[in-house]
Amino acid sequence: MAISPPQNRLWWNEPIERVEIGWVVVAFLWGLFMFFFMIAWHFIGGQNLSTETYRITPAAYEQKVATFAEKYQVSEESGVPVVRPPVGEDVFILARLWEWWPLLELKKGQSYRIHLSSIDWQHGFSLQPVNINISVHPGYEQIITLTPTEAGDFGIACNEYCGIGHHMMTGRIRVVE
Amino acid sequence: MDDRPESEPRQERVPAMQQLLDNPFLLLFIGITIPTILYIVWGVMEIASIPVAP
Amino acid sequence: MTAIDVSHSGLAAARAAFRTCRFTGLKVDIAAQRLIMANAVAAVVFLAVGGLMGLLVALTRWPAVHLLPSEWFYLVLTGHGANVLLFWIIFFEIAILYFASAVLLGSRIATPKIAWAAFVLMVAGAIMTNVAVFQGDSSVMFTSYPPMQASPHFYLGLIIFAVGALIGVGIFFATLVVAHGERTYEGSIPLVTFGALTAAIIAVFTLASGAIILVPTWLWSLGLVAEIDPLMYKVVWWGMGHSSQQINVAAHVSVWYAIGALTIGAKPLSEKVSRTAFLLYILFLQLASAHHLLADPGMSATWKIVNTSYLMYLAVLGSLIHGLTVPGALEAAQRRNGYTKGAFEWLRKAPWGNPAFSGMFLSLVMFGFIGGISGVVLGTEQLNLLMHNTIYVPGHFHGTVVAGTTLAFMAMTYYVLPLIFQRDVIWPKLARWQPYLFGMGAGGISLFMMGAGTLGVPRRHWDITLTDAMHPFDLPSGGFLMMGLNGLAAVIAAAGGILYILITVGTVLWGKRLDKGEAPLTFPLHKQAATVAEYGSHATVKLPGTIILVSVFFLSFVLYYFVNWKYLSEIWLLR
Repeated sequence: MAISPPQNRLWWNEPIERVEIGWVVVAFLWGLFMFFFMIAWHFIGGQNLSTETYRITPAAYEQKVATFAEKYQVSEESGVPVVRPPVGEDVFILARLWEWWPLLELKKGQSYRIHLSSIDWQHGFSLQPVNINISVHPGYEQIITLTPTEAGDFGIACNEYCGIGHHMMTGRIRVVE
Repeated sequence: MDDRPESEPRQERVPAMQQLLDNPFLLLFIGITIPTILYIVWGVMEIASIPVAP
Repeated sequence: MTAIDVSHSGLAAARAAFRTCRFTGLKVDIAAQRLIMANAVAAVVFLAVGGLMGLLVALTRWPAVHLLPSEWFYLVLTGHGANVLLFWIIFFEIAILYFASAVLLGSRIATPKIAWAAFVLMVAGAIMTNVAVFQGDSSVMFTSYPPMQASPHFYLGLIIFAVGALIGVGIFFATLVVAHGERTYEGSIPLVTFGALTAAIIAVFTLASGAIILVPTWLWSLGLVAEIDPLMYKVVWWGMGHSSQQINVAAHVSVWYAIGALTIGAKPLSEKVSRTAFLLYILFLQLASAHHLLADPGMSATWKIVNTSYLMYLAVLGSLIHGLTVPGALEAAQRRNGYTKGAFEWLRKAPWGNPAFSGMFLSLVMFGFIGGISGVVLGTEQLNLLMHNTIYVPGHFHGTVVAGTTLAFMAMTYYVLPLIFQRDVIWPKLARWQPYLFGMGAGGISLFMMGAGTLGVPRRHWDITLTDAMHPFDLPSGGFLMMGLNGLAAVIAAAGGILYILITVGTVLWGKRLDKGEAPLTFPLHKQAATVAEYGSHATVKLPGTIILVSVFFLSFVLYYFVNWKYLSEIWLLR
């Protein structure tokens, strides 16, 4: 019984049922497969999260984003600049209480180096309805290379709790043909 | 851990794996060491080695 | 041991008072019994508080109801996490540790006075954190990520609780030493005690990680430390946050084995295989803390892959093994009990009217199918991008911690009440239904939250209509539907939870006393539970039913895994 000591003192020497051995082998191989599939996806897959990260002070990051927005701003919506960076250019997104800043306009099928960082608390970059979700920290600048594969308006929600205005924190990426 | 001295004469040596599984403090030691090294220490080293932005 | 130690322990042993349980024949240390009762009562109190908060959260996230204002929502959500994820579960686990050491080994509990001190610390810490939450300036969520800051006593309460729990775990180890030294049992410890040992080992790592990160964070909230690195915090904090849920896994797997033994006389198919599965937990389960850092900057892909996969999925292998050996042990026992027809007579004629058995079996099935599969998918490095911080995450862990752990602990309660509190369960008809009601609700909230998360609904979010946002956009309408269904399921789960609390409290206060007279149990034990005579491996039985169940499980797992890869391959390119 599972609630009393094993009957045989040397239970390690008892034979194992075939069904148990069979399942252990299947389960072990499946685990190995899943493990190597993660590694393989780095080579065969088109969706891998970059790990390129730098330390940066919030003030320095804010400055970089402001310079970027000023340089490529094309219009303004409700007081927020709409920025259309040239293809292949570094793109900066800033997270703060409670917005993703600025609004972006990207070209479908083109790759952009997107920089992400926060200048106050932690935030969660959640691109919808694509459903790409990335954590954004203050003090760390992460760079991912993103290629939009469809045109349209995409919202960015925040999915890391960031205080009382968390549910109002949004941003937008417009993808044009 | 050796535990059956006189009550029951021992016919065979306790297998090594069973000795391990019968030793709570050895299990405690490895159960703490592995995650501390692989997860915490390695993780903290990853963070410490993040370069400063150019 | 030195001579002084021996004489001291001899004195303590002589002083300990025991009773013999007339149902199981177990020798029960009265001091241990009182400690188990105290910890179980505290657990149920915090479950009641935290569970009610959970209902309020679900009703707020039900778009058509949207009950609480935003400040209250975030406050209640913080309290919900701390009360159920930490306080309810760890109090109950301390009770299980004392039971699995002192009671199952027939030993006195080591240093009961210190165990009481640990209990007082845990209660004080839990109350302190609750006070901080209700004061309103500590709505930082259970995770309390810096630079967001709570009141100092929010962290201090958690630290005091963790210290108390750590002492409780120490008492468990000390009791193992006492039982071994005083030869209260023959040979190796029972499998259930070994599972409890697994939980205790993980608990030491968990509580130590918690102390390591919460102490500086507390000092930071007092202004004594300038800064807490948010990434560093997250790594070490999840050493506690995730591993504390791994304590649950080890604990509720032990409970499955224990209930199988108590209700139908199940014994492990093979001690070697089951214990090796627990060993895999001890070695690798805690690495899964990395599940929370897969979408974070700075951690290398190598670190992520090694840790998130529990080093090549070896801890998942442990769970998969229990996934066969637990139902296998049940099937073997039932066939021995005479239910040998076809592949499933053993399951059809199982004691479904006994809430301990039904709760255990539902917990086993839902933990595997819902919590287990979703956990592996969510913890796959790249697939995590699809679900990270969406409400899929709470969906997953309600599948493990609510449908799995909480339901298993509820099931266990139906034997803690008669065997430890020595009160017969009242309202047996209601008790019979309780696990089904709670199980249905818990399964529902898990599945619907996972569905909503797949559609992008964020977690910890007061308003998914995004009405007040500067750049509003629409989340898929399916997500709203799922959140509504989640609300309904939460109401069902709450009904099951309230029933559990009423039955438990009612039984403790008014249940028929079992310590006097010869009254039988309403929910009887299997006859073999009374005699410890026959045990060991059971190597001759064929298990067709279990093989079918496990095959269905495996196919679902593989299918769901690849569906998610297909989904991932269709999103924007990312490197």
